[in-house]
Amino acid sequence: MSLKTKYLGLDLSNPLVASASPLSAKLDNLRLLEDAGAAAIVLPSLFQEQIEAEAQAIDDRQIYANSSPEALTYFPSAASGPYGVGPERYVDLVRRATEALEIPVIASLNGSSLAGWVDYAGHLEKAGAAALELNMYHVPTNLMETGQDIEARYLEIVDAVCATVNLPVSIKLTPFLSSVGNFATTLVTHGASGLVLFNRLLQPDIDVAHLSLTDVLELSQPAEIRLPLLWTAILAGRTPASLATSTGVTTSADVVKCLLAGADVVMTTSALLRHDISYMKTLVAGLKHWMDEREFASLCEMRGMLSWARSADRSLYTRANYLRILERYADA
Amino acid sequence: MSTRTIMDGNTAAAHVAYRVNEVCAIYPITPSSTMAELADQWMSEGLANIWGNVPVVQEMQSEGGAAGAVHGALQSGALTTTFTASQGLMLMLPNMFKIAGELTSTVFHVASRSLATSALSIFGDHADVMAVRTTGFGLLCSASVQEAHDFALIAQVATLESRIPFVHFFDGFRTSHELNTLDLLSDAQIRSMIDDDLVRAHRGRALSPEHPFIRGTAHNPDTFFQAREAVNPYYAKVPEIVEGAFQRFAAMTGRSYHLFDYDGDPEAECVLIVMGSGAETARQAATELRARGERVGVLQVRLFRPFAVEHLLAALPAGVRRIAVLDRTKEAGATGEPLFLDVVASLAGAVGRGERATMPLVIGGRFGLSSKDFTPAMAKAAFDELKQEAPRTGFTLGIIDDVSGTSLTTDPDFMIEKPDVTRAVFYGLGADGTVGANKNSVKIIAEDAGLYAQGYFVYDSHKSGAQTISHLRFGPDPIRAPYLIAEAGFVACHQFGFLERQDLLRVAAPGAIFLLNAPYAADVIWDRLPRPVQQTILDKKLRVYTIDATAVAEAAGLGGRANTVLQTCFFALSGVLPRDEAITHIKASIRKSYARKGQSVVDKNDAAVDAALAHLFEVKIPATLTSTIEMPPLVPADASDFVREVTARMFAGLGDEIPVSLIPADGTFPSGTASYEKRNVSDTVPVWREDLCIQCGQCSFVCPHSVIRARYYDEVRLVGAPDHFKSAPMNARGFPEARFTLQFYVEDCTGCGLCVEACPAISPKEAGIKAINMAEKLPLLAQERIHISFFETLPVNDRARVNASDVQGVQFLEPLFEFPGACAGCGETPYLKLMSQLFGDRLQVANATGCSSIYGGNLPVTPWTKNAEGRGPAWSNSLFEDNAEFGLGFRLAADKHLDLALSLLAALAPYVGAELAAAIAKAPQVAESEIRAQHGRVAQLKTRLATLDLPQARDLLSVADHLIRRSIWIVGGDGWAYDIGYGGLDHVLATGRDVNVLVLDTEVYSNTGGQASKATPLGAVAKFAAGGKRTARKDLALQAIAYGNVYVAQVAMGANPQHTLQAFREAEAYAGPSLILAYSQCIAHGIDMRFGMKQQDLATASGYWPLFRFNPAIRTVGENPFRLDSPRPRIPLKSYAYNELRYRSLSQTHPVEADRLLAMAQASVGEKYRQYEDLAARDGSRFALDAPTPAPVIPA
Repeated sequence: MSLKTKYLGLDLSNPLVASASPLSAKLDNLRLLEDAGAAAIVLPSLFQEQIEAEAQAIDDRQIYANSSPEALTYFPSAASGPYGVGPERYVDLVRRATEALEIPVIASLNGSSLAGWVDYAGHLEKAGAAALELNMYHVPTNLMETGQDIEARYLEIVDAVCATVNLPVSIKLTPFLSSVGNFATTLVTHGASGLVLFNRLLQPDIDVAHLSLTDVLELSQPAEIRLPLLWTAILAGRTPASLATSTGVTTSADVVKCLLAGADVVMTTSALLRHDISYMKTLVAGLKHWMDEREFASLCEMRGMLSWARSADRSLYTRANYLRILERYADA
Repeated sequence: MSTRTIMDGNTAAAHVAYRVNEVCAIYPITPSSTMAELADQWMSEGLANIWGNVPVVQEMQSEGGAAGAVHGALQSGALTTTFTASQGLMLMLPNMFKIAGELTSTVFHVASRSLATSALSIFGDHADVMAVRTTGFGLLCSASVQEAHDFALIAQVATLESRIPFVHFFDGFRTSHELNTLDLLSDAQIRSMIDDDLVRAHRGRALSPEHPFIRGTAHNPDTFFQAREAVNPYYAKVPEIVEGAFQRFAAMTGRSYHLFDYDGDPEAECVLIVMGSGAETARQAATELRARGERVGVLQVRLFRPFAVEHLLAALPAGVRRIAVLDRTKEAGATGEPLFLDVVASLAGAVGRGERATMPLVIGGRFGLSSKDFTPAMAKAAFDELKQEAPRTGFTLGIIDDVSGTSLTTDPDFMIEKPDVTRAVFYGLGADGTVGANKNSVKIIAEDAGLYAQGYFVYDSHKSGAQTISHLRFGPDPIRAPYLIAEAGFVACHQFGFLERQDLLRVAAPGAIFLLNAPYAADVIWDRLPRPVQQTILDKKLRVYTIDATAVAEAAGLGGRANTVLQTCFFALSGVLPRDEAITHIKASIRKSYARKGQSVVDKNDAAVDAALAHLFEVKIPATLTSTIEMPPLVPADASDFVREVTARMFAGLGDEIPVSLIPADGTFPSGTASYEKRNVSDTVPVWREDLCIQCGQCSFVCPHSVIRARYYDEVRLVGAPDHFKSAPMNARGFPEARFTLQFYVEDCTGCGLCVEACPAISPKEAGIKAINMAEKLPLLAQERIHISFFETLPVNDRARVNASDVQGVQFLEPLFEFPGACAGCGETPYLKLMSQLFGDRLQVANATGCSSIYGGNLPVTPWTKNAEGRGPAWSNSLFEDNAEFGLGFRLAADKHLDLALSLLAALAPYVGAELAAAIAKAPQVAESEIRAQHGRVAQLKTRLATLDLPQARDLLSVADHLIRRSIWIVGGDGWAYDIGYGGLDHVLATGRDVNVLVLDTEVYSNTGGQASKATPLGAVAKFAAGGKRTARKDLALQAIAYGNVYVAQVAMGANPQHTLQAFREAEAYAGPSLILAYSQCIAHGIDMRFGMKQQDLATASGYWPLFRFNPAIRTVGENPFRLDSPRPRIPLKSYAYNELRYRSLSQTHPVEADRLLAMAQASVGEKYRQYEDLAARDGSRFALDAPTPAPVIPA
């Protein structure tokens, strides 16, 4: 039996990919992930805001420079540039990870406007990343901003990055689009080699005692898999891009579901954070067990069996199903 | 091949010094620190010297330590150097005699600076180098940035050839900090001047077990004298060796220097002799006078030791009849200053030997002490004096000496600036980026546009809201003008508020351009100008331009950082470059500076440049005055004479005009002057919501500037209160009719926001609202002034009735440390304020040099003040290194005088009343009420003594104040306590005497700009630890605990204010030595200072800064004296450390090393905490009474 798959043109030994998380920021963890069977690893994102905020923090600290006759500055110059800020640390992580691991290392950039991206992408390519994942997350608080404006900006980023690097580029999408499928396929025409479904957006909560917003990270829940599963199924077989299903993948059964929907790879983070890194072994073994039971010799045989394109009853993916669910709930 | 570039004198000298040495032993001291910082930085970057290896740079614990390390490295054959100034050079003196006595080649590079006398001064003169002229070191003086660069090499060449060590010095600040164009020596050029055979010979003289000998012997009367004379031939050769080096250098570079350089009329009758940057000024004055037909000249001294008499005589014009020697130093009690005496002796010798026919008249004068500006007009005044019938010697230049009559009058109209030089003066605030932008402009103009440029920057002494004045010159020829601009064609005021405090337009030339950053439109701004400003604009026919740069910057997304905007305006208006070319250069510079920070940052700055041009408007100037705004008085009319005549003039920037008679001769100044300054630094201030306030006192406890005052009072006092004066019912029990008011002194507030963050009272109905919230100051200002006036009519709460044992009670104790010029959010000053609240009226403070001595005692004001009874902290600063000993001296004197007072009291008991005498002698003085009672008794005693005509009564009167228990505190930073003053501190703790030591622990040398101390934590980046500190901070607490009889506490008020309060009270009550280590956040940590107290809390939560107390008094009752007062670490170290740039920046630059050091630091924190836990877990029997322990005193 073979679990081999292809993602972004990369040959992977199985379809399980460790997605971007704090876990993958440490080299030791990356080695453990590889040992546990991850077929590829997406490094935690380098955030545009992180770079800009660090630059700003250093600038802010520099306001004390040149204000006292005894101290022209308060930090050694190395702390304030030219190497004090920017993607150096991240680039270094990419370099060390690619040196240390056999499996492909995918770098990840997270931002919402063109500024700086192209430069960073170039650095990551040089550092040895096997592919690049662009993570575009924007909260349009400006009510005058249209979906088209935002999509145009995203496409501009994809154009610029694809024109700069020779690496395969995947896009981690937000599900909050009027037409996910249309935008996904447009991204592909602009050079994206893969689509990651979806970016899990972290919204603030409200603290009623202190009348303030809070920003505690909650791990994804199993039920959250439904949305990416839906869109994996709708897109599978209808785009040349690789498909990765992400968010809510908790058990090996979830891995199987994603593959059946048509994913080339399945990404997981929360499960590993919730259990530990070795849980990756459980997921791979579970997939193997399921395939063994049904005597599947390879992933190709099962992938996309329940996708929209191959589905016998496509109404299950539409409003008709929505109505059915509601009716069933009411009857019960 | 040399390269033209621009840098300051420190960089210019260090550039060479680093390249021609193998070892640098360093220690920070203003104004030389930059040289050491650069050496350390270059080492960490792997920059090689001219032999291709990277020098070793080692920070030491003091300059004395640096000199010792230099001496040792030299004796072991390494080419070794150091950088220092002032007191630092004094600490090197003993080693300098040794190094010179052993004929050892080395160069010390010195940015010369005043020595502390009646006052410390960080600024430049030759007092320090003159004090080392007996050491046997050669003294070579460079007078400009270029010379500082060149002579660093000449000195090295000369020391290697002569074996005589050299001090290469240049004027602190005037040269060390001046940016000027220079030709940079290439490494090949430097290499070609150094003879490697001499380097090998130096190594050959080193100690080695392979060919052993001894050096450093002790002599007896039979041989010591001869040994001293044996060096003479070496000194005799020095002048020719230096001259030879100058000649080879000139052949290589075209820059020609001599031991004495004469410039002027070959047949001059009057000559000035000067050393240092003043020589250039004198030369320019002489050139102008010659053009007017005078036969004058200037002789510049470059080699001061050995003093080359023959060269001096040869350089002087033969016909000179009168000479004025100008010394940049003061030698009180001498017949003249050192250079003057050398010149007189040289000439007298020549006349005596018949080499000169006549003895010229030689007079000596002093100039430029503590960077007092030395102008061409002053040089002219010296020439004019020489023309007098009877020229005076011992004259002074640049001051008004109405006491001894030494000063010469200068002609204010004698200005000799070249017409093709653009001169611009900018007034800014320390934090507004003005100086940084001007440095950038200088760089653009000198490096990109190919003009010559000069930048010199004047700062005031405040850490927050300091005023900066930038003096910039640009021109087609090299700028040689080492003096401030007196008349500028371009004047910029970047802070509108300055116009009401100072006459900024004094420096504006007629017809000059005046750029004003103002929050008003061009068509209304005229009426907003004070009337005297309008008058000057009309009188001088100034062209006025205005821009709301802050708003433009805000709109461009730069968050109100207006420096790029104002820099653009300067280029657009000054004409120093064609406008389009200038804008191109600015944008190129922006790309260079910000490219790595992201395109958006570049774009924002580019947009700011374009917007600046669009929002810059010329102001239409009417023909007449229209303003009704007069300059407000700088101090109230009822202030003391001293404050009105001296302090206020310093506020106005007119300190240079204060005559000698008004300045105290012995360094004694009145307390409480900071309250007059009203600097209005912050645009936002806290506002009190009395309905939400729980009156807990946390806000005033953490306020670094003592601007939050609480009082409770009888509600009838509110009759006649001004409108909107806030109060609330007192919420403590037992005060049924009382009201509570929290008053903010908004004009003194720096807007740090610590109070808001500390406030625990959150509105239940309004999101984000607390009992204290920041708000715009301007709309509140007038009303708050009225409120403050009324608040001050409310009675100060009776100390005897206030519960000083909890934070809530402390807010009612009057702070006797107020409105310091410390940084906004300073972590040190809240502790000092607390100390002043608890013990202020009987407090005597010994303050180590550092931040706390600067915001504590740098003129024009001091925050140390007194209460309505006239009592308050008595404060003094001796030095950096001796503070513990200085404070111990306070104790010794106090104890001695207490003994004396008690014995006199006993003897005089029949006269003053036996009952009173006994009550005084036996009075307990721990609780505040007891101390108040003793104050009353001593006052009664003094009254009775005053009526007695007995010598003993007069004696007792002179020491009776010691009958009130004096609280002696020794205060300083970690640089003092852990490093330079550690030996003394250790000794003082070991004496068992009743002193209290407060270490304001910022874990770094804050005052000199963030150099590592032994308190700097593992893994943090600091200057001198640019690659991250690799050793853990010294555990000073455990070292002190080891004595057994020292009270030791580690506190962090942001983590537990009550614990801090308790530790202060216990330490003070303990009758032996006490040591408090107080965590103090600092701008050198790289944090948002608003969250400084929260960061303290995280430090404790992570276990990095555990809170504890070791109270030896508890040993006497058999209990464990060590109390670990904070819980086990509950967050990882990273969660605390990585909030700070000092840790985080290493993770950016050296991620692997940062991870390694963080892991080590985390392990170290864990281990350290376990040690403390072990200590805390012992039973009392484990703390043997092996040292005498004072009787326990439990504070009330």
